Amino acid sequence: MLQASASGTSARKAGRTRGHQGGRFVVYALVGLIGLALALAPFLFPDVRSQEVAARICVFIVLVASYDLLIGYTGIVSFAHTMFFGMGAYGTAIALKSMGPGFEAILIGGGAGIIAALVLALLIGLLSLRVKAIFFAMVTLAAASVMMVLASQLSDFTGGEDGITYSIPRLFSPAFELLTDAEGKALRLFGVPLNGKIALYYFVFITALVLFLALLRIVASPLGSVLQAIRENEMRAEAIGYRVVFYRTAIFCIAAGVAACAGILRAVWLKYTGPEVVLSFDIMIDILLMVVIGGMGTMLGAVIGVVLMTLAQYYLKDLMAVGAEATASLPIVPDLLNPERWLLWLGLCFILLVYFFPAGIAGTMMGKGGHK
Amino acid sequence: MTDTNASFPARVTAGFDRFGGVLWLPVLLAIVALLLIGQPSTWATLTIAGLAMGMMIFLMASGLSLIFGLMDVLNFGHSAFVTAGAFIGATVLAWLGFWVTGSNPALNVMGLLIAITVATVFGALAGWFFERVVIRPVYQDHLRQILITVGALIVAEELVLLVWGGAPIPVPRPAALTGSFVLGGVSVEIYRIFAFLLGLAVYIAMYLVLNRTRLGLLIRAGVENREMVEALGFRIDRLFILVFMAGSALAAMGGAMWAGYQGLITAAIGSEMMILVFIVVIIGGLGSIQGSLLGAILVGLMANYVAFLMPKMALASNMLLMMTILLWRPYGLLPAVKR
Repeated sequence: MLQASASGTSARKAGRTRGHQGGRFVVYALVGLIGLALALAPFLFPDVRSQEVAARICVFIVLVASYDLLIGYTGIVSFAHTMFFGMGAYGTAIALKSMGPGFEAILIGGGAGIIAALVLALLIGLLSLRVKAIFFAMVTLAAASVMMVLASQLSDFTGGEDGITYSIPRLFSPAFELLTDAEGKALRLFGVPLNGKIALYYFVFITALVLFLALLRIVASPLGSVLQAIRENEMRAEAIGYRVVFYRTAIFCIAAGVAACAGILRAVWLKYTGPEVVLSFDIMIDILLMVVIGGMGTMLGAVIGVVLMTLAQYYLKDLMAVGAEATASLPIVPDLLNPERWLLWLGLCFILLVYFFPAGIAGTMMGKGGHK
Repeated sequence: MTDTNASFPARVTAGFDRFGGVLWLPVLLAIVALLLIGQPSTWATLTIAGLAMGMMIFLMASGLSLIFGLMDVLNFGHSAFVTAGAFIGATVLAWLGFWVTGSNPALNVMGLLIAITVATVFGALAGWFFERVVIRPVYQDHLRQILITVGALIVAEELVLLVWGGAPIPVPRPAALTGSFVLGGVSVEIYRIFAFLLGLAVYIAMYLVLNRTRLGLLIRAGVENREMVEALGFRIDRLFILVFMAGSALAAMGGAMWAGYQGLITAAIGSEMMILVFIVVIIGGLGSIQGSLLGAILVGLMANYVAFLMPKMALASNMLLMMTILLWRPYGLLPAVKR
């Protein structure tokens, strides 16, 4: 499996690392810049669409980084990550719908979602992580699709295909004023009213930041080293005395829990939860693309991958629409440039990337090849 | 691998295996279903539907299983061949027009066979291209295989959308194969019989090729121990292209058959079937044709029985079936490889 080229990798890695101090610096600077931009997003980009993009980036950074724990650090390929994401989101959504808008609803519903995700991850992990990696990928794929069917069929709880719309605590609504000026209106900072929308954004941002830092801490801990040992050579790790199944299951549960947390954030931000936005296989593909583009096994790559993909999703489509219009008189070109076909181009880029830069953007620049 | 590697449950059930073992599972399932359903005529209709569905799934699953068994390549893009087969089959059927919709049964069946053949040939050619361009560079590397084949799947699905559009496409079903006849109070759809017979014919052909020819011997030996076959001087990578093309062609054939069965297809047809195909491959055990057949029939029967008894549980039931079987036999029911 993965161990075949491990020895070759380490030799090459040692040779490459020295020449990559500059690249490493660039990656750190880039991630720092992105973090800063996200921290100040409500003031830098006050329009509604940019806010949406910024919040989506925050949530997905957590989601993709937790996925990187699996695919990049441990070498587990799971297709069930959106399932856990969806469980957090649906737990929160159902609680907010039935208990009314309140923090206790978020706490109880989200907590239930996280616990459900942990239990399911434990079950799947114990059941199938002891067999081949490939089996595991297939089992998770099957589990995720069953969850998707369940979500659309148990419409009494989940709202079926339509999903659930609900309201969130008043603190987060645009009508709520955090600080008021003399006239009783929301106080403005750099021309941006300090209302509940800002509070909501910072709730999402800070939670995402804390989760991301926690993930960074995990990979830097002894646990992280064991995971990488398992990735590089499972047999050797087992021989040294680490119980591979235990560690794999543990990290699968951790990743599931973090994904469920990201789901809570998504549910609270969107005020809507449905199969399309939290469960669909498209999101799983997005996560996979993001983590590979950014660089597997780097954590920081997750940040870069998410930002690139999300910007492409929101703005490349516009560009393609312009291109399709400009070439409308040509035969096939406008069809190829149709914004709905953007996944075609992304898919091609993805294949080329996996061929030529399997370490992803961050991995290539930092000389820290995820695998090969 | 020798018997020393047999897992504990396998040893416990050794005696049970002597009497046919897991091969009786579908029969057991059918008997349990008969008790639960109660009406023999309904049960018979469901059983025939389940067998027909199982045979179509078998077409799609057997290729995947062999490809994995022989070369350790897991092709997540396998469903692209199913989709392509379905759409090409539907297009050819639409082209043939009155051949298909006319009242001459011979022309009807010919039309369907032509459609299936075109789809199958396309599957083989696409399989050759896919193996050469997409998979060849990433042999021996599971992670990148999964990633690349998923990427190729995205591209292939988008291409299907580009050519055929996103709206559902109706599939004209040959007039002679529509409708049903009543046999002893049981109504039997003709298309299901046709699907079952075609699947059975493919299975028998595969069984003969694998067990009675030199080529089949090499393939089975390659599944068992690739290095040894290579060491004996056989070019197993060339063999593999053949198997890959055959597997893709079978997937396309299954897709075309399934398209005719469904009557209305969308670009999602492949990925919808893929879940069942994966479940079948896991249940049956990787690399084994018998296992795929057993798994496919189990899944087909289960899907139809449960859809009748508890419609909401249909897909979940197969998932549960897979979980149970994995707990009992972590490598599937009839694995050819124990790696």
